[in-house]
Amino acid sequence: MTAIGATLRQELIGLGGIVERNVYLTKRYLLWDIAFMVWTIANTLTIVFIARAVHLPAAQENTLATKLLVGAVIWAFLGIIFEFVTETVAWERWEGTIEYTFMAPLSRSTHLFGMGTYAVLYGLIRATILFFAVAAFIGIHLPDANFGAALALLGIASVSFIGIGMMTSVLPLVSPEKGAQLGFVAQGMMLAVSGVYYPVSVMPGWMQAIAKISPATYALRGDRASIVNGAGLAWADVWPLLVIAVVAIPLGLMIFKRGERYAKKHGKLKRSG
Amino acid sequence: MSSFAAQKPVSLPVRRGVPAVEVRNLRKEFRRRDRRAGRFARRRMAALGGVTFTIERGECVAILGQNGSGKSTLVRLLSTLLINDGGEARIFGHDAFHDTRVIRQLVNRVSVEASFFKKMSASENLSYAARFYGMPPSKTRTEIPRILGAVGFPADRRREPMENLSRGMQQKVALARALLTSPVLLLLDEPTTGLDPRSKLEVQDFIRDVRATHDATILLCTHDMAEAETLADRIGLLDRGELLFLEPAADVKRRYGVETLEQAFFAATGRVFAEEDHADDEYRDVFG
Repeated sequence: MTAIGATLRQELIGLGGIVERNVYLTKRYLLWDIAFMVWTIANTLTIVFIARAVHLPAAQENTLATKLLVGAVIWAFLGIIFEFVTETVAWERWEGTIEYTFMAPLSRSTHLFGMGTYAVLYGLIRATILFFAVAAFIGIHLPDANFGAALALLGIASVSFIGIGMMTSVLPLVSPEKGAQLGFVAQGMMLAVSGVYYPVSVMPGWMQAIAKISPATYALRGDRASIVNGAGLAWADVWPLLVIAVVAIPLGLMIFKRGERYAKKHGKLKRSG
Repeated sequence: MSSFAAQKPVSLPVRRGVPAVEVRNLRKEFRRRDRRAGRFARRRMAALGGVTFTIERGECVAILGQNGSGKSTLVRLLSTLLINDGGEARIFGHDAFHDTRVIRQLVNRVSVEASFFKKMSASENLSYAARFYGMPPSKTRTEIPRILGAVGFPADRRREPMENLSRGMQQKVALARALLTSPVLLLLDEPTTGLDPRSKLEVQDFIRDVRATHDATILLCTHDMAEAETLADRIGLLDRGELLFLEPAADVKRRYGVETLEQAFFAATGRVFAEEDHADDEYRDVFG
């Protein structure tokens, strides 16, 4: 086997190891995950019930409820991705394993992609359960929904989300005490400008400008079109996501590597917080 | 006790004819808050102040030092977890701060804290660690039971969560994790601190066994003088970031005209080894 082939093999085995570890942890914390799922469903219901309160004709109420549900599900999905990728540092520091992971001969890009890959798989399962549980509870009718297109678009958007998650995952390296929480600030800000529960057009002009560079804008718009109207994958939503992914992944890696260097320079890898 | 020799030799980028470890004028400083100088004031404190030494291949060298003397900083620098502020370190001829990927294949470490995912079992933790070194499931299925058996870990507890295991058991798994990847340089940072006497002796036996059967160079950092004397070919004393000597125990005693390493420490520093004054607290706070 050539040197490149051997390195590639080692990286793939390492990536599989990260996914494998997260499977073990999900199994160990399954009851906690179920409890968290219940909380997420309750939280989503508090948003989707708003559609009932505005007293619209039945068809419009159904559409509004679906749009709110899509927003809440993508919020939850994004939360899982950010949580997992940010935990690349935060959880390992808490367990005390971070130094062993960082001194292993695995590239940081594989390490972060491994976390991102599992986050996307796990997030998609949770998002699917959340969507159908709330839709059934509220009694939303989805006769035209194109779930395949919605799922595919979410998958494409996930690459950009992982890139942005990499940028926020560096925060616990820089601030062991508060860094992880700052990741949620980034998540909230991204969704606020992306029209999570409202059209982008109702926001001030400067927020609409920022919405154009947020991957959540295209994921929300495309998924709503697929689930409410049965639209297929729209190139107008796909190409901006691909462009953002091409920029976000290398930028995320660069920022993480700079954060790692800072932590190694100042002895912040080991510190607990 | 089982031997580690059954492990297959792994092709590692080890250069021949060079020392296992070559450290020249290695320096590391940390900034810490200086309240006396103002709210946002920082001052630099030297954790390592220009350390120089060499370890030959196959040698076991012990570095003695009290808490905060810079032992852990040295281990972290050699394992690519810290970036130096000056000087250089080479491991089998590779630059420890630039050829990090190569260094990581050559080195593994056991520290005072066992550091595992507490809800995961010993087997799962080892499996996760092994993947990072490119070991596929087909290999770990046989290697993990073998290495756990070699360190005396009971087979019926392999699937128990780490949080249910005693500190001594956890340290055995930590040794197994380090040996699983066949490192040619093993960094042991106070591996027996906090262990009961029996577990301590067991871990020391493992270290001897690894030396006898495994092609590994060992750097042992400890504050246990008896442990250093019984395990190491040469003994160094690191005090407040300065390496005061590094030579065979007999030469140290002869040089200072004393009978014990405790007396040698007193002769070299003017302080009693167990005595940790206020200034040491400050070092301990910064350097762990």
